[in-house]
Amino acid sequence: MFSKFDIDELQKESMDSVKPMERRTFLKMGLLISGVYAGGKVLQVKPADAFGGHGKGASYKPHYGMVIRQHLCVDCELCVEACTKTNDVPSYGYRTRILEHVEERAIGQKREFIPVLCNQCNNPPCVRACPTSATYKDKENGIIHVDPRRCIGCKTCMLACPYNARYLKSSTKTVDKCNFCYDTRLSRGEKLTACAEACPAGVRVFGDVSDPASKPYGLIYQLQHPVWVLRPESGAEPNIFYTKG
Amino acid sequence: MKTESKTSVLSHVVSSFDSSVLKGWYSSLGEMVQGTKKYYMAMGLFWLVIYASTLVALDAISVGYHEAYGVTREIPWGLLISTYIFFVVTSTGLCIISSIGHIFGVKSLLPIGKRAVFLSIVTICSGFVVILLEIENPFKMMLYNMLTPNLTSNIWWMGTLYGAYMFFMILEFSFLLLNWHRTAIIAGLIALFSGIAAHSNLGAIFGMLHGREFWYGPYMPIYFIVSAMMSGCAAIIFFTWTAYRMSGKPYDEPMQKAMQTLSKLTVLLISIVLFFTVWKIITGLVGAEGKVLTIQSFLFGSYSVNFWVFEVLLGMVIPLVMMLVSKGRKYGMMALASAMMLVGIFVMRFDLVVLGQVVSVFHELGVNEYKGILEYTPSFHEWAIVIGALSVTALTFLLGEKIFKGHVADEH
Repeated sequence: MFSKFDIDELQKESMDSVKPMERRTFLKMGLLISGVYAGGKVLQVKPADAFGGHGKGASYKPHYGMVIRQHLCVDCELCVEACTKTNDVPSYGYRTRILEHVEERAIGQKREFIPVLCNQCNNPPCVRACPTSATYKDKENGIIHVDPRRCIGCKTCMLACPYNARYLKSSTKTVDKCNFCYDTRLSRGEKLTACAEACPAGVRVFGDVSDPASKPYGLIYQLQHPVWVLRPESGAEPNIFYTKG
Repeated sequence: MKTESKTSVLSHVVSSFDSSVLKGWYSSLGEMVQGTKKYYMAMGLFWLVIYASTLVALDAISVGYHEAYGVTREIPWGLLISTYIFFVVTSTGLCIISSIGHIFGVKSLLPIGKRAVFLSIVTICSGFVVILLEIENPFKMMLYNMLTPNLTSNIWWMGTLYGAYMFFMILEFSFLLLNWHRTAIIAGLIALFSGIAAHSNLGAIFGMLHGREFWYGPYMPIYFIVSAMMSGCAAIIFFTWTAYRMSGKPYDEPMQKAMQTLSKLTVLLISIVLFFTVWKIITGLVGAEGKVLTIQSFLFGSYSVNFWVFEVLLGMVIPLVMMLVSKGRKYGMMALASAMMLVGIFVMRFDLVVLGQVVSVFHELGVNEYKGILEYTPSFHEWAIVIGALSVTALTFLLGEKIFKGHVADEH
C-alpha cells in the first residue's frame, strides 16, 4: 500500500520547496478568482453580479439563482424530461437543455456536459427589447417572466437573448421560456425547480443566492473552486453560475 | 379673428375641392378606362399574383407560422423581416430624397417630389403587409403598443414612429394634391423627422442587441439611413422611367435635370455605402471568433454568391459604372442600373438580417451542437408573401400613375 511512498523523497512544506510549475498553477487560480479573463470563457463572479448588480441597488428577496456543478453532469436528461412535463413544453421546444463539449487535446476526460437555461439576468437584454413590456423582471424575486396576454410574437427577445433561452410556442403563439417553474412549482410552495429536483447527481443547485445560509450562496462565495458565468461579455449579469471540482 | 380665419380656411378647402380636386378625381376615372392593353394586362397579372399569395398567406395563418415558415429558434428572423426592412428602407429613402426638393427647396429635384411621396406611402404599406404576416399577434401589437409601452425598446419606437410617419406622409400627399404647399411642407417635415427617427431605430434594434456581435454597435443606425437614401434614389429613378415609358411622354427640361441630379446622387450614395461595407469587413475580421466566422461566410462561404454577385456587383459596382456612363442622360441605362440596385439591395437586407444569426450565441463555448454556421432556407410560404407584397407595390404604382395623372409637379 505504501510501496511508492518514500519518506526520503518528501520535502518540507515551506515556500522554497514549491516548484515553479506548481507556483504558476496556484497563481493562475488566483488570477481566475480575482476576475481576470482566462481562456476566453471564465470570469470570476463579483459579489455585485449576484446582488442586484449594475449599481441600481436592485435587491430581490429571495433572489433566485442556480449553481450548475458542471463536472457532475452525465447528460441523463432527467432534468429536461422533468421540465418538459412540468411546464407543458412542446416536442420542438425546450426551456433547458444539455450541451456537449468534447476536447480531444485534454488529458484524461475529454467530454463534458453543459446544462443551459434562462439566466434570469440582472440586466436582461430581452426585457429591454420587448416593445409591449410582455417580458419583465419580477421585482420581488428577479425571475424573468413572459405575460402571454401581452406578447405579440415579434421574436425580438429571442434575438436579444445571449443564451438562446427562448422559443416560440405555437399553441399560444407567444414566446415561452424558463421561469424557474414559478407558476408550476415555486408559487405553489415547492422549494425547488423541477429540473433541480429531478437531477440525480445534484448538478443543479437552486435557491436564494442572496441568502448566506443557502446552498448556492456557499458554492458561489468561496475561493477554492472557480465560479463563472456564460458569456459575461454581453453585460447581461446572469444568475446561473457554473462551477467545477 | 379666429372665426374669420376658420371661414377662410373652410372656403379655401371648399374652393380647392370645388375647382380642381373634384374635377380632377372625375377625370382620373376617365383616365382609368383609357389605359393601353399592356397596362390592363399588367394590372391583371399583379391582381392574380396578389390573389394567389393571399391564399398562401391564409394557408400560413391556418397551419401556423411555425409550420409554414422556415425560421427557427436559432434564426427567428428571416426573409419576411428582411423584406419588411427592404420596403421601409425604400420608403424612408424616397421620403428623404423627395424632401431635398420640395422641403429644402433644391429646385432640380422638385419634379420627382409627388411621385416619390406617393411611392413612399405605397412601399411603407407593402412593408406593413409583410410585417402583419410575420408577427404572430399583430392585433395585440396595436393594443399593447399603447397600453403597456416599453420606452426602452427600439422596436416600440420604430413601430410607433413609422405609424406617425405614414400618417404624416399621407397628410403631406393630400396637401400636395390640394396644392396647399406650405401645409404640405410642414407635414412633410414632420414625416421626414419621424421617418429618420423610425429608420434609425430600426437599425438600432440590431445595433443595440449586445448579445449579437455582428450587429452590435452604432454602425447599424447610421448605415441604415445612408443605405435608405441609396435605395430611395434607385426606386425613384426606376419608377420614373417606368412611368414615362408607360405614358410615352417626353421628359421635359426640369425632369431631365432631376434625372441628372439623381444619377449623381446615386453615384455618391453607392460610394458611401461601398466605403461603409469595406470598413465593416476590415473591422470585423479582427473581432472575436464568431464575428470572423460570419464575415468569412459571406466573403468565401455559403453566402459568398449573395455577397459578391448580388450585393457588390448587382447592387453597387455595376450600377455605379452604369450611372457614370449614362451621364444622367441615358434613362434606359439608368433604369436598368436602378433595377439591378433594387435586386442587390433586397439581397443586402436578407444577408444583413440572416448573417447576424448564423453564428450561434453559444459558438464560443465550443460545444458540438453549435460548431458551424447555422442554416436558414426561406419556405414557399415566405417567398409567396414576399412576391405578393412586391405585387402590391407594383399594382398601386400603376393605379397611382393613372389616378394622379403621372404625378405632375406644380409650381411652388
